[in-house]
Amino acid sequence: MVTAVTSFGRSGLYDWLIQRVSAVVMAAYTFFIVGFIFTTPEMTFDIWQGLFNQLWVRIFTLATLLSIAAHAWIGLWAVLTDYLTTRLMGAKATALRLFAQVVLGVVTLTYLVWGFEILWGA
Amino acid sequence: MNKNRPVNLDISTIQLPITAYVSILHRVSGVALFAGVAVLLWMLEASLSSEASFEELKELTASPLCKLILWATLAGLAYHMIAGIRHLIMDMGIGESLEGGQTGAKIALALAVITITALGVWIW
Repeated sequence: MVTAVTSFGRSGLYDWLIQRVSAVVMAAYTFFIVGFIFTTPEMTFDIWQGLFNQLWVRIFTLATLLSIAAHAWIGLWAVLTDYLTTRLMGAKATALRLFAQVVLGVVTLTYLVWGFEILWGA
Repeated sequence: MNKNRPVNLDISTIQLPITAYVSILHRVSGVALFAGVAVLLWMLEASLSSEASFEELKELTASPLCKLILWATLAGLAYHMIAGIRHLIMDMGIGESLEGGQTGAKIALALAVITITALGVWIW
């Protein structure tokens, strides 16, 4: 079974730490956005755009997107190496899992580029 | 290691403890959220590209189907975050015993139900 080589940090300990650091970034961002929405009496386009016009908010958003990419890779890797195994799927399991990981990687890259375009405009 | 050793993972023959349900739901919500990111990015794009698309998004999110999709996405996020914070608390050595784990799982479930209900009230 080729599993560790397709993990994010090539080591369980490294993945463990990245999973937690990225989780804290995403949680902080969620609290920030939810807090902003709830402390704004009436949300208008100008107020909303004004928020994202600030460089630090765009950087915070990008950091969250990068966290999503790493966090999702580690989480989905754990799910895939649990279920797409030779015991459950037979001999083709590794090929199947690598294919699934390529597809998920393409989706993740799409999210990153899309998010970057939203923030810095195309 | 003997690779042909017997494995029993027939879930229907195993009585799952509450911690197992909290863990499985954490996984399910995580996988679902990967798709939910598309919903959130799409909303971010619509809300920022122009005033017209911002108003359009506001109108669109008034439809029952959109409300349901938004609620499902935010419910997944709320559950995944609460279960994740439980993990971080356990990393600090709190609630690591059998009993502590069960109590933590119950608290996480209760908080998730409250938050998801509140989200539903807020959206509708």
